[in-house]
Amino acid sequence: MSDAAPVVARGLVKRYGEIVAVAGVDLTVEPGDVFGYLGPNGAGKTTSLRMMLGLIRPTAGTAKLFGRDPIVDGARALEGVAGFVEGPRFYPYLSGRRNLRLLADYDEPSSRSRIEEVLETVELRDRAKDRVGGYSHGMRQRLGIAAALLRQPRLLLLDEPATGLDPAGMRDMRDLIRRLAGEGLTILLSSHLLYEVEELCNRVAIIRQGSIVYEGTLETLLATATTGYRLRTRDPERARTLCLNQAGIDHVTLEGDELRFAGDEDAVATLSVALGQARIPITQLVAEAASLEELFLGMTGGESSDHDREAVAS
Amino acid sequence: MTAVARVYRWEIAKLLAQKRTYLGLGTATIVPIIFVVVLEIQSGGPNDVPLGRYIRDSGIVTPLVVLLFMSIWGLPLITALVAGDIVASETHNGTLKTILTRSRERGQVFTGKVLATFSYTVTLVAAMGVVGVVAGSIAWGFHSFTSLSGTPVSAGHGLALMFASLGVYVLPLAGVAAFGLLLSTITRNSAASVVGTLMFALLMQLIGVLPGTESIRPYLLGTQFDAWHGLLRTPADWTPIVRAVWISALYIAIPLFAGYLVFLRRDVAGD
Repeated sequence: MSDAAPVVARGLVKRYGEIVAVAGVDLTVEPGDVFGYLGPNGAGKTTSLRMMLGLIRPTAGTAKLFGRDPIVDGARALEGVAGFVEGPRFYPYLSGRRNLRLLADYDEPSSRSRIEEVLETVELRDRAKDRVGGYSHGMRQRLGIAAALLRQPRLLLLDEPATGLDPAGMRDMRDLIRRLAGEGLTILLSSHLLYEVEELCNRVAIIRQGSIVYEGTLETLLATATTGYRLRTRDPERARTLCLNQAGIDHVTLEGDELRFAGDEDAVATLSVALGQARIPITQLVAEAASLEELFLGMTGGESSDHDREAVAS
Repeated sequence: MTAVARVYRWEIAKLLAQKRTYLGLGTATIVPIIFVVVLEIQSGGPNDVPLGRYIRDSGIVTPLVVLLFMSIWGLPLITALVAGDIVASETHNGTLKTILTRSRERGQVFTGKVLATFSYTVTLVAAMGVVGVVAGSIAWGFHSFTSLSGTPVSAGHGLALMFASLGVYVLPLAGVAAFGLLLSTITRNSAASVVGTLMFALLMQLIGVLPGTESIRPYLLGTQFDAWHGLLRTPADWTPIVRAVWISALYIAIPLFAGYLVFLRRDVAGD
């Protein structure tokens, strides 16, 4: 199999008439990455994943999996690749085990021998004989992971795997993904659940209105954040006035007797000296790094929900 | 087992697990039984249709007379139930995404679906024939009967002719199935595909009875539904049968080729 990167997307565009669902996505997923693909609802995550899996044809650009383009190479491009978009779908009138048998036969017959093993991995063996129509949402999600693992993938593409799960189901899903990543799988995980990405991923891409606004390590992203501070003094009003007049100190707000502001380390050092010189006793000065959520909201313009563009793709 | 054979096997398994399959097969097999029961209760018969006056001569005649009544919309509707649904329902349920992200090529998946649809079509006509012969034979016995030319046909030879006639009838019915598959691939809507397929079959019949359509009538799909009559003449009239073969082949090949191209290139998005 090729040593090419698991996912390389270049200039990926998808238009539906006048509507641009994906406006030129470039991203690279390296071997071993747990790659978070972040964006508000409707930003173009699912459409990008559909193009990567060859389910829809890009208007422009290419998406290659281990060097192969699904549009050009067909099913061969999906060798070593598994996953699901918009949640896993199964035949509700067949049992979980029969669904997996069907999918094994749509792969290589040898993968049939792995059915019991993958059912055990996702803890569904006890319910495998039941029709999928009677499964809970969480069980279907886990069956989706089982179906993906049947292929013994090197790359797993998961679209919002925890969406719709209860807290226990979400925790189980995160544990499962963490375990699979620990076994060396490369995982591309689309999500709008920031804590999920923060907990699981080493690299991220943030998509906004069909375009990538950040791609890189999570660590670098968090390091770019402007640090915020909380300050408590014996005289909050005078401290506030001083902060407002201090160069390099921004976004000053007074909440009760606590001041909040942003600034770099040098500006804060100068401020603390100025507070001392002004005989304003400091009782507490705490640095607070911006969360991924704050960074995400900043990069996506605070969008929380915009279904229109991807709704067109459905 | 080849890749297409594995896909075909699962398409059959999916059909066997769905209620609509049994609804269609059940309808195709219950109609001859109802037909026989009604004729047993009353003394009259369907004397205005070919072979109708000989219905009580032999159980072999039963499926052929039933075929005359079901050929216009009954069997096309039952065929459309599966042909119009086989791709569209998978698009709607999202399972098409599931199977198209495995190791089978789109062409193999489409071929498996085509073969399964045709298998269902052949099965329902054969089931109607077998049940008709059994029900008719229970009521009136398994005897020789009179052909459309008025000559006697032995029971054994008549049985072979009956199944051959069903085989000729299946050809245009496969044309209806092919059109249903095309609609199922294009519309992605099961109900629209089923209704559209039935409308197509009825339209073909309707055009055939309109005045002024005599010149195109031999080339309409609806006309081919009567081609099997040629087998029940003495000597056999092969002209309508040969025409049914090539015309049905065109009505099968063109929608299937178009459906294949659409299936290969279509976007498979959400439901």
